[in-house]
Amino acid sequence: MHPAFSVILLTTLIGVGQGLFLAIYTSQLYALARLLPMPDHQRFFALGSAIAVGFLALGLFASFFHLGRPGRAWRSAARWRTSWLSREVILLPALMVLVVAYGAIHYFGWTEPLFVVRGALPVDPSLIVGALATLAAFALFVATGMIYASLRFLREWATPLTIFNFLLLGGASGFTLAAAFAAWLGSGLTRFYGTWAVILTVAAAASRLASLYRNAHLQPKSTLQSAIGVRHPRIRQVTQGAMGPTFNNREFFHGASAKAVQTVRTFFLLAAFVIPVVLLATAYVLSSFWIPAAAFAVQYLGLVAERWYFFADARHPQNLYYQRVA
Amino acid sequence: MTQLALVIDLNVCVGCHACVTSCKEWNTSGWAGPLADFSPYGPDPHGTFFNRVQTFEVGEYPHTTVVHFPKSCLHCEEPPCVPVCPTGASYKREEDGIVLVDYDKCIGCKYCSWACPYGARELDEHQKVMKKCTLCVDRIYDESLPEAERKPACVLACPTNARLFGDVHDPYSQVSVAIREQGGYTLMPEWGTKPANHYLPRRRTELRIHADELIRADNPLKKEGVPPKPPKDQPTLDETTSW
Repeated sequence: MHPAFSVILLTTLIGVGQGLFLAIYTSQLYALARLLPMPDHQRFFALGSAIAVGFLALGLFASFFHLGRPGRAWRSAARWRTSWLSREVILLPALMVLVVAYGAIHYFGWTEPLFVVRGALPVDPSLIVGALATLAAFALFVATGMIYASLRFLREWATPLTIFNFLLLGGASGFTLAAAFAAWLGSGLTRFYGTWAVILTVAAAASRLASLYRNAHLQPKSTLQSAIGVRHPRIRQVTQGAMGPTFNNREFFHGASAKAVQTVRTFFLLAAFVIPVVLLATAYVLSSFWIPAAAFAVQYLGLVAERWYFFADARHPQNLYYQRVA
Repeated sequence: MTQLALVIDLNVCVGCHACVTSCKEWNTSGWAGPLADFSPYGPDPHGTFFNRVQTFEVGEYPHTTVVHFPKSCLHCEEPPCVPVCPTGASYKREEDGIVLVDYDKCIGCKYCSWACPYGARELDEHQKVMKKCTLCVDRIYDESLPEAERKPACVLACPTNARLFGDVHDPYSQVSVAIREQGGYTLMPEWGTKPANHYLPRRRTELRIHADELIRADNPLKKEGVPPKPPKDQPTLDETTSW
């Protein structure tokens, strides 16, 4: 498949936004259980939510560049019953609204408990809205992953690993950003987020390596024989019906050399997994804002490369019809 | 239920591209607006086509055969491109099974083209919407045309009659009979898309001549031998044999 940068940016940026929100809400839950001190409402929760919404909005903005007719984008919410793309289109703005509401509740200090469950768990509006937003964030990860995993003949994508990859990679980048954010505020949560970021990054690496292994051993189900229905082991394309450029040649081929694809894979394995873990471990020892910030920047670049490889790795069966031009 | 479709006889197709040009001509002048055509007379012509003829060489020289392979939307009975469309612009008509795109609803996200294993859909670079074969839906029901012309443009254009058009759900239609009796098959059956369009296989035509066809077994007049030449006053050949 041809890697479209609009989609690469969309999926990586919203992954960061979802992960960052989940990180912020996690610290509220930890504080509620008195495992962590409650962070500052206005500075930590409100500003963190604003940054998360910023990433989600940037992702949404990038997605418009993928559309031929962006002015009609509102129509894409229509078929949520059958289309995972439609579900994503609904869930992304829904999550943005919930995260804005979550940030606003903290900013305006509407955090008086509404009721107390069993005398131990004070439930305030931010807890309820945050729980809804958490559901939306997980649902959005599933919807984004299913857009790819539901295309059954793109066999590199049609696996539950695709959904786990989106979930874990987005979560890892969000928690890494949360570590940098906490270091910037000096809120003392850097190690907490750093630990989770390392756990998620290692889990994401395991899941991604599993999908790389799976895809390297996939046997194509469709062949030139089944594509044109001729039973002979030696079939050679002579022409593909057009000498000039076609949509089928642009959209489904990445055009990069095998060596370039290998290089991208090596780069993303280092930049998305190895280097961030090393930097986050360093952040344990040295309390500097720049180390977790660098970890996030490197990991994000790594995820962009990872997403590029994700597209380049997928071999569309239609390519069987487009092997030779003349 | 009706399912209109094409049946393409690969044994007859000569790869002349008449169906391609005829399709382009009809569909670029229809109610749905032109099909993109960039630099049509320049060095690098490209644009949107609903139908393309590809050519494959099967076997190894000298035992080769050339297969010309016209390729267009197969109007699948389980179209994977339809449920993925986020706007509902892609749909399959209940009444005749044609898979269509509503060009006014399409947002050009290209997701349906990813979902088609056959590469049957092409984005129109001019209108920025997805396009594909309509089975000439603006022609086959047009009552102002004579009934014989209410067929897709490609079918009418084919000089060798390699393209048949009809209802594949009607067991006695021309297309169903052709599929049944001439080994019609579908493309990439492994994905369960149930294409409505079928292809008839390439069949090697061999001239079988038996020895008794070269030397007549039943030749009462011995035509291969020297014919009898009776003198002029004798009865004629017919009369000779008649006694």
